[in-house]
Amino acid sequence: MTAPIVQYRDVCKSFGDVEVLKGINLDINPAEKVAVIGPSGSGKTTIIRLLMTLEEPTSGDIVVDGKNLWKMEKNGDMVRANENHLRNVRGDIGMVFQHFNLFPHMTILENCMTAPVHVKKENKDEVRKRAVEMLERVGLGDKIDNYPSQLSGGQKQRVAMARAVVMRPKIMLFDEVTSALDPELVGEVLEVIRDLAQHEDMAMVLVTHEMDFALDIADKVLFLDEGVIAEQGSAKEVIEHSQNERLQSFLSRFRS
Amino acid sequence: MTITILLAASLFAYIMAFVAGLSRLSRNIIIRKVGGFYVEVFRGTSLIVQLFWLYYAIPMLLNIQVASNWWIGVIAIGLNYGAYLSEVVRSSILSVDQGQTEAATALNMSSFQRMRFIIFPQAVRMMLPEFGNYTIQILKGTSLVSLIGLTDVLYYGDIIRSTNASITPIVYLVVLVFYFLLALPLIWLTRKGEEIAKKGAASQ
Amino acid sequence: MNSTYWSWERFLDALPFVLDGLWITIVLTISCFLFSLLFGFVWTFLKRIPIKSFNWIVTWVMEFIRSTPPLVQLFFIYYAWPVIPVVGVTLSPMTSAILGLGLHFSTYIAEIYRAGIESVEKGQWEAAKALNLSTMDKWRMIILPQAIPPTIPMLGNYFIIMFKEVPLASTISVAEILLRANTYGARNFAYLEPLTIVGIIFLVLSYPSAVLIRKLEVKMNTRFDKNAAAKSS
Ligand SMILES: Nc1ncnc2c1ncn2[C@@H]1O[C@H](COP(=O)(O)OP(=O)(O)OP(=O)(O)O)[C@@H](O)[C@H]1O
Ligand SMILES: [Mg+2]
Repeated sequence: MTAPIVQYRDVCKSFGDVEVLKGINLDINPAEKVAVIGPSGSGKTTIIRLLMTLEEPTSGDIVVDGKNLWKMEKNGDMVRANENHLRNVRGDIGMVFQHFNLFPHMTILENCMTAPVHVKKENKDEVRKRAVEMLERVGLGDKIDNYPSQLSGGQKQRVAMARAVVMRPKIMLFDEVTSALDPELVGEVLEVIRDLAQHEDMAMVLVTHEMDFALDIADKVLFLDEGVIAEQGSAKEVIEHSQNERLQSFLSRFRS
Repeated sequence: MTITILLAASLFAYIMAFVAGLSRLSRNIIIRKVGGFYVEVFRGTSLIVQLFWLYYAIPMLLNIQVASNWWIGVIAIGLNYGAYLSEVVRSSILSVDQGQTEAATALNMSSFQRMRFIIFPQAVRMMLPEFGNYTIQILKGTSLVSLIGLTDVLYYGDIIRSTNASITPIVYLVVLVFYFLLALPLIWLTRKGEEIAKKGAASQ
Repeated sequence: MNSTYWSWERFLDALPFVLDGLWITIVLTISCFLFSLLFGFVWTFLKRIPIKSFNWIVTWVMEFIRSTPPLVQLFFIYYAWPVIPVVGVTLSPMTSAILGLGLHFSTYIAEIYRAGIESVEKGQWEAAKALNLSTMDKWRMIILPQAIPPTIPMLGNYFIIMFKEVPLASTISVAEILLRANTYGARNFAYLEPLTIVGIIFLVLSYPSAVLIRKLEVKMNTRFDKNAAAKSS
């Protein structure tokens, strides 16, 4: 058995008085595809924002590739991680956002090149080659010099995915990447995710309301409910054999 | 004279704007307070009052005879509009969408890189129209330097008026037109800046 | 030289003398503000006249007034106007100041009115039309009630800005606080204390009002956000 690449250990998160995550324990193996489903407000977004270090857990630990995200050793003590440590662990993780968050002042190609060139200090020509390849792969080879404002939502989201993949993360996070899109654009984005899931050996955590799609590509499904993982297992286990009533009623809403 | 003061005061104001605007966003509370104090004092009083005050105070406080009032004009105007512009700098930086910072963090940029490549370029685009507007204000502000005895256009206007009262209207009209001609390119630049600002920035 | 150092004695001596000008400063601020509110309305009205060449002229006249120094405009009204044949009249310093500063700032006020009117959604105009309201009723009942509230904090800001521009009137011998400070300075060869007093007066009066307006702005924003949320749901 391989060691998990991500471990959540008793992770809790509160915003003010509101306890959003109540003791999350979770292992993610390298290259594993995890789908997170659950009702609105159950904490799905929070779970992956914690992994991206956009939020800090109130208590508990998250360990990525053997490194504790928010704690580091200093003179034999464990202290709160500093910016250096965070940047070190962030290098393994990429994220695609619900609202794309492309950089509006850069072309599509520049969006994909800035981080590898300046953060990873890679050779510019190599990065360009890789970025162009990636943009072609997501079907935007003819748009590399366009600005984000000239693209449709589906195209923007495909750029955002290319931008994240060019950084070669070990773990990719997707937060409802299709929910800001018009229905007819959802398909093209899901196709890219499916392509990545099949051909890249990075772990993926996918928060989504596209139930059929999630169950189709996921190795593991988590059902999050009121801040706890109420059910987890393979898609088959979770759907067919779960006795959890709330899960059944949640799923029934997606079946016509 | 008007033009050199305009250029020097604008440059000084822009520098003060960034220094004060960024220090008000600093994590260090002392830097933040000092920046805030500067901004409130200079925005809270009038340029003309500041100009007179510095005119009398600088020689006394620093115990120097300032070689030329040109410097006093530049310092007063620069400090005054620097305070106003620092608010533009600060609010533009703050108004860059939070998602931009998060995306940059997800790409593992350092806080310096986030500022340098993502936030700052977008904020600067948003600042352009206001910088244009305030440069026109600075131009108007330069008219005050005649009051501390500098020989700008208005000063010459006054001289001519006092020798021949009947041409006073024409003299002041010429002065006004002179200012307007200087303002025209600035007006044009401001409009250009608005166009640039509209594209290329994600704001809340 | 006794004027080289700061003296609290002189500070206290100058204080009542300078403060005596405060009411003129305030009266002048209020008069300028009212005048510019009124004249801003005239500009807005003129700009809405749908004749292209006329519109162009109004736009550039406003641009001219806005981008040239109010100080020179004051001088023009005070010194030049009386000399102009036929239309020339001699105006008191106070009237000149109200006219000059009021006219200058009316071009800014007009922009605020315009922004207020444009902030009313297109749907509101169409709905007013669909209800077959008269022009008068349309403005009175639909447009103005929605256009005016968002302009109030902006107008408040301009009130403070005008307050700070009023000392320009000292140059045409309106005896407001700056002129009195300079007068005191000339009499006693000590400018620093009276000028500092002027600065303090401005700070003390304008800073709290600015804070107040910022609060008002935040309050209005949240109110309008709520309205918008109610609309979209
Ligand atoms: N920054 C924040 N400040 C305060 N409360 C927050 C913050 N972020 C999230 N919350 C709260 O935490 C709870 C969980 O939020 P989260 O975004 O994780 O839910 P979600 O499962 O992603 O929901 P959705 O399906 O609607 O996106 C919600 O009640 C939300 O209001
Ligand atoms: Mg969410």
